[in-house]
Amino acid sequence: MKRSPAGTGENFGFSDAPSATATAAGGGSEAVMTYLEAISDALRTEMRRDPDVLVMGEDIAGSFGGAFKVTKGFEEEFGARRVINTPMCEQGFVGAANGMALMGLRPVVEMQFADFISTGFDAIVQYAAPNHYRWGAPVPWVIRAPSDGGIRSGPFHSQNPEAWFVHTPGLKVVAPSTPADAKGLLISAIRDDNPVIYFEAKPLYRSIRGEVPSGEHTTPIGKASIVREGTELTVVTYGSIVHQSLAAADRLAGEVSVEIVDLRTLKPLDTGTVLASVRKTGRAVVVHAANRLAGVGAEIAALLAEEAFEYLDAPVARLGGLDTPVPFSPPLEDAYRPDQAKITEAIRRTARF
Amino acid sequence: MRLTRTLDDQMIALWKQGRGVGGTFNQRGHEAISVGTGAALAPDDVATPLHRDLGCYLIRGMTPRRIVANQLGRAAGVTGGRDANLHGCGDLTLGIVGFISHIPQSVSTALGVAMSFAYRNEPRVAMTYIGDGGTTAGLFHEVLNMAAVHRAPLVVVVENNQYAYSTPLHQQMAGQNIAPRSEALGVPAEVVDGNDVDAVHTAAAAAVERVRSGGGPRLLEARTMRMLGHAIHDGAEYVPSGLLEKWKKRDPVVLYERKLLDEGIVDQAYLDESARRCREITEDAVAFAESSEWPDPAAVEEGVFAP
Repeated sequence: MKRSPAGTGENFGFSDAPSATATAAGGGSEAVMTYLEAISDALRTEMRRDPDVLVMGEDIAGSFGGAFKVTKGFEEEFGARRVINTPMCEQGFVGAANGMALMGLRPVVEMQFADFISTGFDAIVQYAAPNHYRWGAPVPWVIRAPSDGGIRSGPFHSQNPEAWFVHTPGLKVVAPSTPADAKGLLISAIRDDNPVIYFEAKPLYRSIRGEVPSGEHTTPIGKASIVREGTELTVVTYGSIVHQSLAAADRLAGEVSVEIVDLRTLKPLDTGTVLASVRKTGRAVVVHAANRLAGVGAEIAALLAEEAFEYLDAPVARLGGLDTPVPFSPPLEDAYRPDQAKITEAIRRTARF
Repeated sequence: MRLTRTLDDQMIALWKQGRGVGGTFNQRGHEAISVGTGAALAPDDVATPLHRDLGCYLIRGMTPRRIVANQLGRAAGVTGGRDANLHGCGDLTLGIVGFISHIPQSVSTALGVAMSFAYRNEPRVAMTYIGDGGTTAGLFHEVLNMAAVHRAPLVVVVENNQYAYSTPLHQQMAGQNIAPRSEALGVPAEVVDGNDVDAVHTAAAAAVERVRSGGGPRLLEARTMRMLGHAIHDGAEYVPSGLLEKWKKRDPVVLYERKLLDEGIVDQAYLDESARRCREITEDAVAFAESSEWPDPAAVEEGVFAP
C-alpha cells in the first residue's frame, strides 16, 4: 500500500477528480484501488449479488452520486428503486431503514458526514440497537459514516463519534484503515444480521491506494490485524491514525521495535490480539483521532490494566483528540489532533520509562 | 373490544392488589380505535401498535397468556422479560412490530416496512399508531413528508386522546386537529369519532384499501379521551372531572354493545356469554402468567446480537 506524503497537499476526497483507473492484477484477482474506490466496489459487489441490498441517503442518487461520489453511477446500474435519495431527515430515514431491515432488506445508509449521525440518534441507539435483545428480531442495516478530520473542515465535518456507539449494547462498530479492509469490512457488515456502524476515514479516501481482492472479499468483524510486527512496544490504533503510527514506527526503526495493532473492529473488540501483543512487548501506546476522554482508548487502557498488568513495563500511554470541539484553523486543528510527531514522542517516552 | 376491556380491567386490578411488576398502561377510551383499525388489516399486513392498542395485538393473534406473562416479566412473555408491559411486544410471524418509548420511532419504522413492501412490489400495507403528543415531535413530520414523497403504502392512525401525559392538547399545539398538518405534508387525512368502532373500522378499511391500491399514504385521526391516567401510577387529577363525565357517556364498549342490541344483531344473552368468556380467558391468562417461570438470570447477556 502506498501512502501519500504526510502533511498537506492531498485533496482528501472532497473533489471527485478521477484517480488513476484501478487496474486488475494477477488475472483479475486483485486491483489497486483507493480507499474510496474500495468502498464503492464493496457496495457494487453486494448489490449485484443480493437484490435485498439497497443504498439510501442524502444526495446519493443520480449523476451526482453523493457528496464524496461513493455511489456515482449506482442509479444508472441499479435503478432509483435501489438507490434512494432521501430528504434531509436522518431520524426519518434511519427509522425507515429500521423498518426495511426488520422486513429482511439490507439497507446501507449513507450519512453525508458522521457528524450528522446525532440527528438520527434515537433510531440507532434506542430502536435498532436493543431490538434483537428485546424481542428477537434482527435489524441488519449498515450506516456508512464518513468521519475524521485533519482536513480543515471545522467542528461539524470532522468528528469521530465512534465511542457513543461502542457504548451502546447491540451495535457493531467497524473502522477500516486500508482499501482491502474498507471493502472487506463493508461486505461483512452488509451480510451481518446486526446493525453495524461503518466509520470510513475521510482523510484516507483518495490519499491511500492498495491492493484489493476482486469479488466477494470479506474481512471478519471482530478481528484486529497486526499491521507491523515488533518486539518492544505495541501501538493500538485504528482508522487514519494507523498510517500516522506506521510512519512514526518507521521513523523510530533502529531505536524502538514497534508492533502496531489495527483494531479494524471497535465492537466487538478483539481483546485477544491486543492482549497477546502487549503481553509480548510489555509496553503500549493507545492512540486514536477521537477525543481521548472516555474514548475507545480508555477501554483498551482499562483492559490492559485489568488483564495485562503483570506484563507491563511502563504505564499505558493514551493519545487522542483534545476535550474540545474540532477546531477549524490549521494551527488549532493540528494542536487538537494526534499526529506522527506526537505519536513518536509518546512511543519514545513509553519506551524509555 | 370486550376482551380488550376485560383484560385491561384485570391488569388494573392486579396492580392495585400489588401483584403487578413495574408499571402498566391503561386502554380505557381507546378500545374502538385499536380494534376498529386492527380489524381493517389483512393477515399479511404489518402493524406497529403502541401501549394503548391492546385490541390490535389481540386481533392479530397475540394470546392473552403471552401478553400477561410479559406484563409480569415472565419467561413466557413476548419479550421473555426483556421489556415491560406491551413495550417490545413484537412478533413478525403475527405482523406485529414492537415499539419503544420514543413514540414517533414506530411511525418511521412503519414507513420503512411500507417502503419494503413497495420495494418488493407486494400488495401489503403498514399501519402505524401515534398519539396527539407524539405528533408534536419533528420525526412525525419527517415521516409524513417522506411517506408522501415515496407514496409509501402506509396508514398512520393518530389517537388524539387530548392529553400527552398531563399536558392538554391546547398546550401542545395550536388547533385541535392533526389532520390539517397531515394534508399540508401531502398525506390525505380523515377525522373520525374514535369512540364509534363502526366509524373507525369503516374509515380504516377505506384508508387501507386506498393505500393498498397504490394511492399513497393516508392518515386517520381518531378523536377520543384517555379515561384513566397515563399509566397505573397516575391518578390524572389534572383532567377536569366534567370532561371525563362527558366522555364517560360515550364509552366505546358500552356504545357498541348498545348498538348491537338496538339493531337486534345480538341479544343480551349473547353479550352476557361473551363477557363471561372474556373473563374466563383473562383469568386463565393471569393464572398462566403467575404460575410461569421467571427468566433465567444466567441468560441475561444472551441475545444482544443476532447470531
